[in-house]
Amino acid sequence: MTTAQKPTGAVGKPLDRVDGKTKTTGAAEFAAEHTYPGLAHAALVHATISRGRITALHTDDASAVPGVITVLTHRNAPPLEPVPKTSPLDLSSMVSGTSVDYLQTDEVYWDGQPIAVVVAENAAAANQAAALVRAEYAPSEAAVDFTGAEANARPQPSSPIMPAGAKKGDAEEALAAAPVALDLRFTTPPHNHNALEPHATVAVWDGDRLTVHEPTQAIDWFRAHLAARFGLPADDVRVLSPFVGGGFGGKGAVWPGTILTALAARATGRPVRLALSREGVYRTVGGRTPSIQRVAVGASHDGKLTALVHTSVTRTGRVGGFPEPVTTQSQHLYAAENILLEQKLVRLDLLPNIPMRAPGEAIGTFALECAIDELAYELDIDPIELRLRNEPEANPLDGKEFSLRTLAESYRQGAARFGWHERTPEPRSMRDGRWLVGMGAASAYHPAGYFTADITVRLSADGTVLVRCGFQEIGTGGATAQAQIAADALSVPFQAVHVEYGDSALPKGPFAGGSMQTATVAASLLEACKKLKRSLRTMARRTGGDSHEEVLRRANVPHIEAKVGSSTQLGRKSDQARFMLRLARDRRRWVRASTGAHFCQVRVDPDTGEVRVTRWTGVFSIGTVVNPKSAVSQLRGGIVMGLGMALSEETLVDPRTGRIMNPSLSEYHIPVHADVPPIDVSFLGTPDPTMPGGILGAGELGITGVAAAVANAVHHATGKRVRDLPISVDKLL
Amino acid sequence: MPFSYLSAPDVETALRAVADDEDTKLLGGGTNLVDLMREGIERPAKVVDITRLPLGEIKNLPDGGVRVGALVRNSRLAADHLVRTRYPVLTQAVLHGASAQLRNMATVGGNLLQRTRCLYFYDGAAACGKREPGSGCDAIGGFSRNSAILGTSEHCIAAHPSDMAVALAMLDAVVEVRSVRGTRRVPIAELHRLPGDTPHVETTLATDELITAVELPAVPVAANSRYRKVRDRASYAFALVSVAAALGVEDGTVTAARLALGGVGTKPWRATEAERVLLGEPATDEGFLRAADAELAAAATTPHNHFKVELARRTIVATLRRLVPDGRDEESTI
Repeated sequence: MTTAQKPTGAVGKPLDRVDGKTKTTGAAEFAAEHTYPGLAHAALVHATISRGRITALHTDDASAVPGVITVLTHRNAPPLEPVPKTSPLDLSSMVSGTSVDYLQTDEVYWDGQPIAVVVAENAAAANQAAALVRAEYAPSEAAVDFTGAEANARPQPSSPIMPAGAKKGDAEEALAAAPVALDLRFTTPPHNHNALEPHATVAVWDGDRLTVHEPTQAIDWFRAHLAARFGLPADDVRVLSPFVGGGFGGKGAVWPGTILTALAARATGRPVRLALSREGVYRTVGGRTPSIQRVAVGASHDGKLTALVHTSVTRTGRVGGFPEPVTTQSQHLYAAENILLEQKLVRLDLLPNIPMRAPGEAIGTFALECAIDELAYELDIDPIELRLRNEPEANPLDGKEFSLRTLAESYRQGAARFGWHERTPEPRSMRDGRWLVGMGAASAYHPAGYFTADITVRLSADGTVLVRCGFQEIGTGGATAQAQIAADALSVPFQAVHVEYGDSALPKGPFAGGSMQTATVAASLLEACKKLKRSLRTMARRTGGDSHEEVLRRANVPHIEAKVGSSTQLGRKSDQARFMLRLARDRRRWVRASTGAHFCQVRVDPDTGEVRVTRWTGVFSIGTVVNPKSAVSQLRGGIVMGLGMALSEETLVDPRTGRIMNPSLSEYHIPVHADVPPIDVSFLGTPDPTMPGGILGAGELGITGVAAAVANAVHHATGKRVRDLPISVDKLL
Repeated sequence: MPFSYLSAPDVETALRAVADDEDTKLLGGGTNLVDLMREGIERPAKVVDITRLPLGEIKNLPDGGVRVGALVRNSRLAADHLVRTRYPVLTQAVLHGASAQLRNMATVGGNLLQRTRCLYFYDGAAACGKREPGSGCDAIGGFSRNSAILGTSEHCIAAHPSDMAVALAMLDAVVEVRSVRGTRRVPIAELHRLPGDTPHVETTLATDELITAVELPAVPVAANSRYRKVRDRASYAFALVSVAAALGVEDGTVTAARLALGGVGTKPWRATEAERVLLGEPATDEGFLRAADAELAAAATTPHNHFKVELARRTIVATLRRLVPDGRDEESTI
């Protein structure tokens, strides 16, 4: 690995994560383990229709269960403030998973919507009673069949943050005129995040002050949303999230369980815990939208792309949801002369979708990178060579500068590491005994950027450094990475730095999403460290002394502190405005992204069509690699998740009822160990000159392109193109 | 739901407990029953834990067979030397099921009585005549990828999920059953029932009967046997199609054949039609395919599970091919 960091610094070293021992010894206290004296336990009752009204709710049997404290329904629940209107100028306003006022209405908007909450002295009584609540409904007609709704798709709303399309020249005309052209349809099914830790909330009221323990990717937005729903000043809400057992986007929004736990605690005057079952997560936490995609490509005989069309249909819920940016990567990956990108949407009576690891690019790269591979076969050009021939100098749409573009180098290094030259291009031409062997490649692409974060950094006379920022440790090794950055910025040993995070009482951290948390916190951290050093230099002119400790001792101050950001409401608003301005400015100037090249080898059983991935190489560009150990882990995890997407994962939404039929890890098939091959991850390591610390994102890049690399390898092995995920045996018979 | 719990010290106590109260369930390894109780599908008033009963032995029988106590854990069954040498198909079938942790808990008797993994059986909001007699079947016309294609009825298409039972069906195992009324021996072919119009009645056992042992007869051809399972991931998934097969071949002609299928039947599916066709046939892919087609001619499919016919044909042929002396492919790692 090559990096531009000082070899003596902490940044770039594969250090063990600071919370590793706490987690591996079981000492880490996750939200569901948190307890209070008098803790009561909640369980949810879910609607079993997709749309309609509750006409009767029988709770007597439930109430009679020994230990039950109360059964909350829309008839007796305390009031809630309505969901704040979403505004593109206030990112925290988009944190609500749905727009439903839970237990304030008899209306049902999705199968699984909580229609009652049982609070009991113990979890067993709560669960038992919840199973005894019986509802009667007046169902109304519900639209729940995604495939059937395709014809009703409408253009996605477009915003500067999330454009819903793009156009250069006349791609359809160029496609019709192209010497070689392909027009292909791809589909991907709904997915669920399946974090190791299911969602859980512990809520406790102290007068009008609310404390919530919950694993979240958005502590500050959680706080703002809870304050809004319960009519409190934000300062009266505290959100604690010291450990998050995986999020992947599923913990980036506030789902009904959170609100209802706080509501139950308010109604009963007791601290309340709700720990969702796996099924509870499927029924109340949105997953990834399914998609129908069209990718059409036209090229000259020598492989120059003349036309690229990428369109998508995805879904949101009638009561919320996230318009999936499926075509993002297609704006930036290929130097096509004409480009047409369109994203359409259907609204269904289903639990609203939510970002799941690389929303947009995870499924968008599947279609695009399969289509490029198919085109390579049409043209009889090596698929990597075809990509290199269309590698753009500048952003294909508008000629904007790439802040860092190293994709060709990823392919060169990856091809050498993987042994791409051993590949014979003819499908079914490679064998290992009776097995068919195939090799496939695909590009990884994920946009980069950074939010704002408040931070304080304190340098003490004893030589220690305390970094305080309410960001989230979602398993990425964030605290370790920031300690490494602080150590180098202040020229102190890594062990001298302590990082506090995971608490809304700390300076406001960023949302852990979009793979932007590390760069975001680093931006503020580096600025604070610069301020500290300036203060130290000023002091040192007065005191003399050639170390931090010495200067502070001589000045007789125990520590000095630097702050970045504002704790006032006005300050927050202006922060938000600055963020938007910077975002707009940066977008005008550069196209920023982390990128990479995947190489996959599969074996396919010629009799049964079983696919086994046997080898993987990925060469990635994520800017500065702060901690190679945790960064490799992020990329490898993304690839494993991509293997599930490629081969087996699918949330089964019954098109007759809108009900999820496989809400469990036994029937939703994530990869098991036996599905995961040795994965070779390496980094180019070139810092991005426009990003704080040179850091791009690592969390989402890994999953992008994976399904395409597998599909392309399967085609090479079998001669079959599977354009509908997952690539299950029935599609290869 | 609350239930009372009794840990039975001996067989007689367990038998009396189930005889007294129809609403009693016997608890072995708990790998299925506890799940079903958590899901609210099984709601026994009383649970009788039988894991202390002395039914945990594997014994060599004088006629060359093996007697397996009902409480032998799946992992031990698979590892047993007699089983591995006389019935490799059984060891392989067990090892293709569940996970190491589950196999350490699951018992032979419990595995035989394992209930379907049909998505609609597991979902209390769905119509399922197996769960709620007479309520219909939402799997027909729904997600039926894991449903059966053989032995189905208009009331139920749920597949039997066990791997072990498929091997036992192939081996003509005999199930020893006790109740307060005495002991009886049930050939495995007569243990499980087809759904017909009573899909909730899954076996021929009375509610007060306890499986005490499974006896494997001497099956010389089983020394050349094999279990092949095709599923949606490399491990820890139920079979889309599985094949338990044993084959005897002389001069290129099949002289003995045993075949059973999993993942496709509403019960562990002994492929008697295929066996009939195989006998005397040349031991070739063509002969194997004719046998497979004879068995699968009766298949009734849905759009979701229609692929199982072709997958079963291919898996049967591939499995039998591997059992032909000198004709076998090199080892597969699947």
